[in-house]
Amino acid sequence: MKSAVIVFPGSNCDRDVAIALKKFKFENQMVWHNDLTLPKTDLVVLPGGFSYGDYLRCGCIASKSKIMSDVIQHSKRGGLVLGICNGFQVLIETGLLPGILLRNKKLKFLAKNVFLKILNLNNKFTSSYKKKKIITLPIAHNEGNYFANDNILKNLEDKNLIPFKYCDKNGNIKKEFNPNGSSNNIAGILNSEKNILGMMPHPERLIDPLLSGEDGSILFESLIGI
Amino acid sequence: MKITVTVTLKKDVLDPQGKVVNKTLKNMGYNNIANVRQGKYFEIEINETKKEKAKKIIDEISKKLLSNLIIEDYKINLE
Repeated sequence: MKSAVIVFPGSNCDRDVAIALKKFKFENQMVWHNDLTLPKTDLVVLPGGFSYGDYLRCGCIASKSKIMSDVIQHSKRGGLVLGICNGFQVLIETGLLPGILLRNKKLKFLAKNVFLKILNLNNKFTSSYKKKKIITLPIAHNEGNYFANDNILKNLEDKNLIPFKYCDKNGNIKKEFNPNGSSNNIAGILNSEKNILGMMPHPERLIDPLLSGEDGSILFESLIGI
Repeated sequence: MKITVTVTLKKDVLDPQGKVVNKTLKNMGYNNIANVRQGKYFEIEINETKKEKAKKIIDEISKKLLSNLIIEDYKINLE
């Protein structure tokens, strides 16, 4: 399986995600934001970081960069797109995913491990989580407070497009276990065709026992089809 | 022609920076300050002589780039 990681000025999780992809035998290429076309690829990853220093709005300037029109084309053809953290913000600003990511409710940058409940196994990104439905992943963000109007939230819930919600260690999804104040404890969402996933937690940071866990590995296993 | 655009958070969206500025002003002794909302201000120079045409372009870029209409409003000021 082929993958392409888009590198924006200010991306800082691009190499981490490349290491994760290589570990799971992806043929990965790094693609500079100023390139006009993607190489032949099955998966496009928009990595975490602070693209363009979060100027104007997080992910906004990156969403208008040259490579993005081909990323949009790739997604319209049914190609897989994964946006992690800042990548999720870019997907939102591009309009490929609905809603918006506001500043964290308590106005603090959050960097810690959180519990997540897997609520959708019927897609290319999370299918392997059937073996483990309550996981831990790190978050590291300032604008992760997902917000959308009632119609969008209802559509996401009705169509089961929310694969990750914040919860406690037993899988209880309650407000007090929500780190950033996101609507309905949302940590990640899919588009209706389920080929685009945007998520605030960082699966690429938990892919080895030496990194204190492998709950992130399962996402890459799902993608590669293990 | 120079056109300015002001982008502010919608009324119902929490504006943490505005709140902190408001609180700081109170701490400084300005007790008559009731509320502060912080926004963004753009000065745009456009090579266009017709006012209406320029306004149309600025309106378009305000929607497409300068603001996110889910949480923000914008106001165009022609000089």
